[in-house]
Amino acid sequence: MLNSQFKTQNLKFKILQVGAFLACLIPLGLLGFDAYTDNLGANPIEVITRTTGTWTLVFLLITLSVTPLRKLAGVQRLIKFRRMLGLFTFFYACLHFTTYIWLDQFFDLHDIIKDVMKRPFITLGFASFVSLIPLAITSNRRMITRLGKRWQQLHRAVYLIAIGGVIHFYWQVKADTTQPLIYGAILTLLLAYRLITARGLRTTGALRTPTRPVVRDNRVRN
Amino acid sequence: MLIKKPSDIKGGEITDKETYLDRRKFLIQASAALATMATGFAAPGFLEPSRAQAGIKLAGVRKSPLSTDEPPNSFKDITTYNNFYEFGTDKYSPARNAKSLVTRPWTVAVEGEIKHPKVYDIDELTKISPLEERIYRLRCVEGWSMVIPWVGFPLNALINQAQPTSKARYIEFKTLFDPKQMPGQYRGVLEWSYTEGLRMDEAMHPLTILAVGLYGEVLPNQNGAPIRLVVPWKYGFKSIKSIVRFRFVEKQPLTAWMKSAPHEYGFYSNVNPEVNHPRWSQARERRIGEFTKRKTLMFNGYGDQIASLYQGMDLKTNF
Repeated sequence: MLNSQFKTQNLKFKILQVGAFLACLIPLGLLGFDAYTDNLGANPIEVITRTTGTWTLVFLLITLSVTPLRKLAGVQRLIKFRRMLGLFTFFYACLHFTTYIWLDQFFDLHDIIKDVMKRPFITLGFASFVSLIPLAITSNRRMITRLGKRWQQLHRAVYLIAIGGVIHFYWQVKADTTQPLIYGAILTLLLAYRLITARGLRTTGALRTPTRPVVRDNRVRN
Repeated sequence: MLIKKPSDIKGGEITDKETYLDRRKFLIQASAALATMATGFAAPGFLEPSRAQAGIKLAGVRKSPLSTDEPPNSFKDITTYNNFYEFGTDKYSPARNAKSLVTRPWTVAVEGEIKHPKVYDIDELTKISPLEERIYRLRCVEGWSMVIPWVGFPLNALINQAQPTSKARYIEFKTLFDPKQMPGQYRGVLEWSYTEGLRMDEAMHPLTILAVGLYGEVLPNQNGAPIRLVVPWKYGFKSIKSIVRFRFVEKQPLTAWMKSAPHEYGFYSNVNPEVNHPRWSQARERRIGEFTKRKTLMFNGYGDQIASLYQGMDLKTNF
């Protein structure tokens, strides 16, 4: 009896997970559809670059929203989506990076190196992308157990990467900074939440005795 | 090259253009007056006479030896990919939003250090010199370019009518300021109204034109109707759109982009692959419609005609 209930719950969750996975592919699907139907406008490469960059930032912010949402809304299960969201951030970052290397620069290594060295917004975008790689590589269960406490320390780099990503966007814009400022405001909120809770935990000593011992692995508190 | 074959009977032979335009103006004004009486106010964009303007074929357009023989970009690309912040800051917004611009009636003030200050009606202004087709390269400061078949006349025709005094060393240009027609002006992205400027010798140069048409037809709103500047050897933003005022001045005008980011945009803004934008390289450009980038040419390829204007000037400091 209990067992079957568990099974249906598990099935529901699996369906939810597959649904979320497919939903994360929608931006790519729409971009592909627009490309196929020749609806990317006069400068398709610019649209592809901007779209993949935008979705990288959106997924990064969604990933960083998981912990606050879990705590504030009390939906513990959200944590099970975080790794997938983080990896989709990396996926869209890879598309963005590939667009730049291939479609924009056409593998002109000389120009790419010059760009990365000389253009602060590209330097920052490049650095942020490269910094995502170790996080993506260490996102599997084996690495989490193997790295232990250091895993958490390593993955805190995502805060700096997010700041880098938003500044990368801000520096690229010619005059209308509305959009990067919106991303910046959301990121500020998400980071402020962490600063506040970290301080709160330290002063109440809650860090050692968690009030909700629901989650088993140690990925939860960042 | 895409030159449309003129029809056997010119539009002007069926109905004299003057009569036709006067009738149009009369109808618009009369109906506007009626609408105003009926409702107590004139609703913006209610009559949209501007929409009727774009697409009208321009008569008697001559070809010009100053045109490039490169293949022009498509009408669609030229009219859907625009930087015109008065109608939104992304390049696809102007085509959607510029319908609200009313280009008739339209007046242009010519004033300042000149012997003959005058307020022109747009239809009078377009007749001061025969219309020519000028197929020019356009290089945007953002790193893309197009080839565009403008229709217009040399700015020097207007300058010669105005008769500048010895004090006139620059011309300051202004775009219309009317947020109701140009909703982008509700947001302070740039300091409105958009201001540009040229040195007198740049303005007098035969390559510098006032464009009123595109592909042989009246200029669409998103491309700067009813009248815009085109200076092909400078970055696109110098070619100010929807002009309402020319002022001849003694001192170098402060342009909208100079006010916005003085370390990034200078007064001259000549296309120069060796002087980079502080945030990106200007060495190459993507010609719209092409896959790989091409090298950007000094003065956008117009060097042999205009380089002498800048002899002895340091183009790195005068960017």
